[in-house]
Amino acid sequence: MAELSTEASPSRLRQAWNSDFIWSFRHSPVAVVSFFIVLLMMLGALFAPLIAPHNPFNPATLNLMNGFTPPGQANQFTGESFLLGTDDQGRDVFSTILYGMRISLFVGLSAVLLAMVLGVTLGLMAGYVGGWTETIIMRIADVQLTFPAILVAMLIFGIAKGITPPEYRNEMAIWVLILAIGLSDWVQFARVVRGATLVEKNKEYVQAARLIGRKRYTIMLRHILPNVLNPVLVIATISLALAIIAEATLSFLGVGAPPTKPSLGTLIRIGQEFMFSGEWWILFFPAMTLLALALSINLLGDWLRDALNPRLR
Amino acid sequence: MTESPVLSVRDLVVEIPTRHGILRPVDGVSYDIHAGEILGVVGESGAGKSMTGNAVIGLLDPPARIASGAVLLSGQPIHALNGETLRRLRGKRMGMIFQDPLTSLNPLLTIGDQLAETILEHLDVAPSEARRRAIAALEEVGIPAAAQRIGSYPHEFSGGMRQRVVIALALCAEPDLIIADEPTTALDVSVQAQIIALLKRLCRDRGVAVMLVTHDMGVIAEAADRVAVMYAGRLAELGPVREVITQARHPYTAGLMASTPLASQGRMRLRQIPGAMPGLDALPAGCAFSPRCEYAQDRCRQDPGPTLSACGGRAACWFPLVTDTKQEVRA
Amino acid sequence: MSAIIKVDRLTRIFDVSKPWLNRVIERLPRALLTAVSEVSFEVEENSVYALVGESGSGKSTIGKIIVGLVSPSGGKVEIEGVDLASEKDPGRIDSVRADIQMIFQDPYASLNPRWRVRNIIAEPVAARGGNTEGLAERLLEQVGLSAADAGKYPHEFSGGQRQRICIARALSSEPKIIVCDEPTSALDVSVQSQVLNLMSDLREEFGLTYLFISHDLTVVRHMADKVGVLYLGRLVEEAPRDALFGDPKHPYTRMLFDAAPRMDAFGRDIEPPRGEIPDAINPPSGCAFHPRCPLAVARCSRERPEMRQLGQTRVACHLAE
Repeated sequence: MAELSTEASPSRLRQAWNSDFIWSFRHSPVAVVSFFIVLLMMLGALFAPLIAPHNPFNPATLNLMNGFTPPGQANQFTGESFLLGTDDQGRDVFSTILYGMRISLFVGLSAVLLAMVLGVTLGLMAGYVGGWTETIIMRIADVQLTFPAILVAMLIFGIAKGITPPEYRNEMAIWVLILAIGLSDWVQFARVVRGATLVEKNKEYVQAARLIGRKRYTIMLRHILPNVLNPVLVIATISLALAIIAEATLSFLGVGAPPTKPSLGTLIRIGQEFMFSGEWWILFFPAMTLLALALSINLLGDWLRDALNPRLR
Repeated sequence: MTESPVLSVRDLVVEIPTRHGILRPVDGVSYDIHAGEILGVVGESGAGKSMTGNAVIGLLDPPARIASGAVLLSGQPIHALNGETLRRLRGKRMGMIFQDPLTSLNPLLTIGDQLAETILEHLDVAPSEARRRAIAALEEVGIPAAAQRIGSYPHEFSGGMRQRVVIALALCAEPDLIIADEPTTALDVSVQAQIIALLKRLCRDRGVAVMLVTHDMGVIAEAADRVAVMYAGRLAELGPVREVITQARHPYTAGLMASTPLASQGRMRLRQIPGAMPGLDALPAGCAFSPRCEYAQDRCRQDPGPTLSACGGRAACWFPLVTDTKQEVRA
Repeated sequence: MSAIIKVDRLTRIFDVSKPWLNRVIERLPRALLTAVSEVSFEVEENSVYALVGESGSGKSTIGKIIVGLVSPSGGKVEIEGVDLASEKDPGRIDSVRADIQMIFQDPYASLNPRWRVRNIIAEPVAARGGNTEGLAERLLEQVGLSAADAGKYPHEFSGGQRQRICIARALSSEPKIIVCDEPTSALDVSVQSQVLNLMSDLREEFGLTYLFISHDLTVVRHMADKVGVLYLGRLVEEAPRDALFGDPKHPYTRMLFDAAPRMDAFGRDIEPPRGEIPDAINPPSGCAFHPRCPLAVARCSRERPEMRQLGQTRVACHLAE
């Protein structure tokens, strides 16, 4: 990539600060607030072992007597108090949320990455090569779109689970989840990239590269790919929110993250058993966390779409 | 001319607030158009010619707005009118013709419906009369077999025919003023000649005032009675078309004329104006043309930009060229 | 002087049918558009050959066939004696490819917005593994920009400057031929003259051959040595510039000249040309121009006129003399 060398200039930072992109970010309170919520949650998830007051998955630190402690109150037996209360097994809800977010975010990010790589590759090929390649890729995409994504994910999850040996199932569950959500989500990337590629490939800079004899994959990777990345970034952001919700949905239905490694969805499933018996906090706080996370990412995605759209500038 | 002009634009200023400051795509423009007259507005892209037309007809895209000045239609100020009044006025007394005829027609309605709808909205006639007038309007702009084609959709017409339909649409409510923004740019030479001939005929027969915005000096020379040359949002020169073209007073106009291949036939080099028009966010002090002007003097770079009224009404230049542009002898 | 480009009975047919399923359901036949039909001409080395025509004349398609972006359906193009479509030796193909470059109409779409100018200009050389050290800087100065511009991105330049960058890119592989597809029609007049002058200068300096494609007769008259007039994919007239503009033989050429706006035609009231360009999918029989031709006789609608030599002019019209 010697041709793409960049030289640093001292005013780079200043320029970046004043660029249209950062300027529009600074002047959108919604984007700023969403960004910091997402950032905070990501840091919290990343550093969960350092922040969390308890390790909810170490049975040695758990005390069943602490079960059902309401948030902010002292437990009637042990006298310990917990910021967001405890669940039925005496696990600190705040800690389980931090650890749960870790899993939710990891699954979400990995699934989106998988979907993105797959979708962008197939979309580029369909758009640039055309012909039968395009027909096959896009018909598969069309067929997959006729099923609800969650159903596709459940199907993939089921098949994968069926072919993994039982002793690895719990370990593999997270990876299967990533595969299932990633495979159910590539279609939108492929469609958008194909559309953008169809526009770009007729532009004259691509013709200029063709007439000097550049190879197909060079044109796709070096010329077209950098020019179709803006919409990909927007979709990736919105997909991240959807993937996190998809993961929560699967886990809620009991086909996702195992209870030994609960994600936000697993926590919500556990919590809903106690919803009507007065222990509302076991459900409420994980659900609110999921809501805030998904909403913030979505709002960020909306802003990104506007900011990257040259027509709205 | 004794009668009052159909359109009077007085010191019109259009501003666009941006985060880098306020841009003025139109800055202190004044001109009149009389009934039966075609005023050509020429300039390079970004000179503010289309923006002037949009400001007159009230179609500025926010955040662009008329900051000061006046637009008078038959003596009545219209620059401060609000949405609904302006909208009615726009169909009834002002018509607009755009560059791309496809975008100015509704693809889902037949052209007959679109014409009849416009007529019914602005004229007090019965539906059957509206239809009759729609056919008449199509015949007038030269669409063959108008009575049969009235049920056709826009996509069934060729580019040239579509532009005729747009002209019929602009004319059917019998407006006093038509603003044509690059009406022939998207068309082939032979069709362009037809559309120009049509505009000239309609202007003459109906006594409509036409503001013809274009970048093509040849079109202006053939069609316009008077011409306004714009540069960086300001009027550089305004006068009868023959005089402006053959005896330009503003160095920019002179350079523009000389740099067309038409003016320099044979195999010599073309005259060229060095550089490019400055962006609106980087206008030089003084006359906006001074950095490119071979005659620029200190006054041009220091004093505030010259205006038409300050320079005798023909060219906005402190040191206008006085004789035939081909010799370019300086006073 | 010898012919550097030989175009022989070149034909290109595009399939513009709807998808197969639509055709079956709507019972539509295949729709074939003949964009270029049996066009033959030769371009002399170190000359400017212009192709003029209105939309649908096939002028851009001919340019794209010559540079190898579109393959011909019939006939052939020989560049320096090599037919790119049938040549098997990759070495010869590569050397001819390096000799021919193209400048496009839209200076905004012809530069990759994500690339630095340095890399854009050097790409034709870098693609062949050549040495690109200092190349872009040298070429930028040659086309009237500054070497310091090499590190910038295309969006930092105006339309005219971008067209200069395109010219620099076209020059980087030291070509002999440059196909210019409407190189100035997206530019303002004052910038157009700069670019045309630059192109003339470079031609003299490097001994270039231009195939100049344009709809603008004034530009063609300024630039060309020889002009070919196209109508609906066919060459209708070809002549040296002065012969063509001084004495146009084909009625279509005359119509084009009459219709073009002129700067000395104040308030000119002429009868505008009749009709519009017909649909290229179903072109008129015989001479394609006959429905609009003021001179047409019965023979014109039956029999297609062949190219005839009339003095310096080649013309495809039964009645021309």
